[in-house]
Amino acid sequence: MGFLGSVWRWFSDPAHWSGADGIPQRLVEHVQLSAESVAIGALIALPIGIVLGHYGRFGNLAINISNVGRALPSFGILVIAFQVFGLGDFSIVFSLTALAIPPMLTNSYVALREVDPDVKDAARGMGYRELTQVLRVELPLAVPLVMAGVRTSAVQVVATATLAALISGGGFGRYIIDGLAQQDLTKLFAGALLVALLAMATELSLAGLERVLVPRGIRLLRAPVMARATTFKAA
Amino acid sequence: MPTGIFLTFDPWINWGWLSSHVPLFEDALQQHITLTAIAILGGLVLSLPLGVAAHRWRAFRSPVLAVSEIFYTIPSLALFALLIPYTGLTVVTAEIGLIGYSLLILVRNVMVGLEAVPPDVIDAANGMGYRPLARLLRIELPLALPAIIAGIRIATVTTIGLVTVTALIGLGGLGQLILEGFIENFHTPLVVATVLSIALALVADLSLAGLQRVVVPWARNT
Repeated sequence: MGFLGSVWRWFSDPAHWSGADGIPQRLVEHVQLSAESVAIGALIALPIGIVLGHYGRFGNLAINISNVGRALPSFGILVIAFQVFGLGDFSIVFSLTALAIPPMLTNSYVALREVDPDVKDAARGMGYRELTQVLRVELPLAVPLVMAGVRTSAVQVVATATLAALISGGGFGRYIIDGLAQQDLTKLFAGALLVALLAMATELSLAGLERVLVPRGIRLLRAPVMARATTFKAA
Repeated sequence: MPTGIFLTFDPWINWGWLSSHVPLFEDALQQHITLTAIAILGGLVLSLPLGVAAHRWRAFRSPVLAVSEIFYTIPSLALFALLIPYTGLTVVTAEIGLIGYSLLILVRNVMVGLEAVPPDVIDAANGMGYRPLARLLRIELPLALPAIIAGIRIATVTTIGLVTVTALIGLGGLGQLILEGFIENFHTPLVVATVLSIALALVADLSLAGLQRVVVPWARNT
């Protein structure tokens, strides 16, 4: 059976499917940490990006935030947050939120900025007030890019949440960090598979959500490749 | 008097220790730059033919993009962990991942750059009697250069961040000092290494932006 056989036996062992170190519990932890961080990040980043993009102001700021965000070593940020705030989920959620903000801010800025000026003029001519115009005309047109930002952030946060195991966090990263520490290659490999699957599932489910949220009228205009304003990769 | 907390307080940066341990940071920085350079050069060498092929033969386009999109979502730590049973705690493991990620960023930008070449220019080149290979090398690739360099900038900054994670598989450059500072609960190396890593990324980005101005002076805003 070899190595992959031992991985298969690890997954089929019922002991790994229950208890505090079981797969279901670790999945809940991983998703919870990630979801909290993305949600808090979205509450901060999206309004700022949308407002700045709507007025087309501070474009350099929005772009520079994405550059700086990319330069932040997630590993260092996590460890420093741990030193400042101590053990616990707060340190983890704090650093994951910091990493979640740049992609969403930049993408939502670009999304609103790229709305066709003719469409804005038409909306104004039809008598839309500013707020209604943003909510009913510009935002629906901006959904694909805004959601691309959310998707990028979410995948990145799920990835970085793996590192959280290093500072005693839960989640699937636990198996990888413990596997490395105990030189248990089977556990290490199984944990890595789980993390990779979770990241892909995040990407696919948010791509599905995006498809639902995009208004039918502009679905036809979309290029086959899902657009992103910027590329991000952390951890 | 509860003075215990003050007695054990570890300053964020212990300048005395730092000044006597400069070589430690120099070595880490050097390893960091080497790991990054291999990843970017390797990614560039592989992405140029792939990007050109995907541009030339349309059938390649969607598979290349789909595969890269999926591979790109795999967290780096997970990828290293998946490779360790086969390639061990080695530079090979680290570079497979680092080259892979930079390759994905670069392939996309090579394709985007080639696609942005105006059809009129291609027509003109054809009319002037350029053969496909000469047209690619002398017309299309130079015009795609702004997008390619933009890709190199993103890949470089991204890779510098990712290299810190390889500390967990025994490499890491500056990441090694972050990990050691964390394990020994000693602030100076981890704070200084994190700041150096950010600084390295920003310096690399700025110098590539400078290179961009020299090499493609016609494209100022990419």
